[in-house]
Amino acid sequence: MSTARDGTGHFLGQRVSAVVLALLGMWFVVVMATLPEFSYTTVIAFIGKPLNTVLLLVLSVTIAYHSYLGVQVVIDDYVHATGLRLASLYVSQTAHAVLAVAAVYSLLKIGLRP
Amino acid sequence: MAEFTLPKNSRVTKGRHFAAPEGASNVKRFAVYRYDPSSGDNPRMDTYDIDLESCGPMVLDALIKIKNEIDPTLTFRRSCREGICGSCAMNIDGDNTLACTRAIDDAKGDLKIYPLPHMSVVKDLVPDMTHFYAQYASIKPWLQTRTPPPAGKERLQSKADQELINEPAACILCACCSTSCPSYWWNSDRYLGPAALLAAYRWLVDSRDEASAERLDDLEDSFRLYRCHTIMNCTPACPKGLNPARAIAATKKMLVERKF
Repeated sequence: MSTARDGTGHFLGQRVSAVVLALLGMWFVVVMATLPEFSYTTVIAFIGKPLNTVLLLVLSVTIAYHSYLGVQVVIDDYVHATGLRLASLYVSQTAHAVLAVAAVYSLLKIGLRP
Repeated sequence: MAEFTLPKNSRVTKGRHFAAPEGASNVKRFAVYRYDPSSGDNPRMDTYDIDLESCGPMVLDALIKIKNEIDPTLTFRRSCREGICGSCAMNIDGDNTLACTRAIDDAKGDLKIYPLPHMSVVKDLVPDMTHFYAQYASIKPWLQTRTPPPAGKERLQSKADQELINEPAACILCACCSTSCPSYWWNSDRYLGPAALLAAYRWLVDSRDEASAERLDDLEDSFRLYRCHTIMNCTPACPKGLNPARAIAATKKMLVERKF
């Protein structure tokens, strides 16, 4: 079978998103641990600060992207029938895209409140 | 889809037992996988009790003794008996290794011998290497040049350049590494596996080779190369002490670097 000339972007994407997740993940754990309480008003106020909104946007999109790449590897490894593999990849792609859009929409809605 | 059940006729049954001769003083039991696809029978584990006082020190010595003196139907490959031809690669006590360089004394208790994992079995301990060799051929394992050779002499290499290919060129193509790799088990139809990728790396780092770009093009594929998930079973499996995992990582690095 001929080469598909791909894979390096995927390989690089996995690693770059992993580094971003490691850094932002630590930030997220620390700020969650130091939040005085988890009441609605406190959490909304926390998300609404511009820097937090931006970092949470990056974190959510990166999680969705990294997870999509990981699920794709699992499907490529174990699902061998071409039709089923393409269908699984499509479902995974759509699901991750929907999750990312939902997260972005929610964060922007909170972040851009007057 | 992944197969979760064993194919028909693959359940291994208990086989025949060959007792040690009378008066044997130092007996070791060898359990050996036996399978003849043409017979229609399931594979079986035959057990041979060998008197180590009249047997050489290596696992291959025991197999040759079994074939010569006890059971001539046992089938296995062997040639050089000194770890350079790679013919006697098999799974001994859970490790893919060469029967000629694995000492019998290394095993505690009974010694279990199977063919290399996840390969079609031709008979007993003989796997079908056709696909493995075809994958090796696919990476074009020969020197490719574009420039004319220097007049009156061969293409020279510095000592440092030679040292780059010294280790990967020592591969004997025994397939111990590739058949220890889970990714190769699941996807060997498209994934080249550590042995072929180590061979590809050997030509990528050869200072005399002028086809690096094409070689990297041919490897850049989510299955051929990138099914390697850095499991690293390949490196401890190598009976020659080579490091296919590092060669694959270096190849991925070359592919990333040429993007920038």
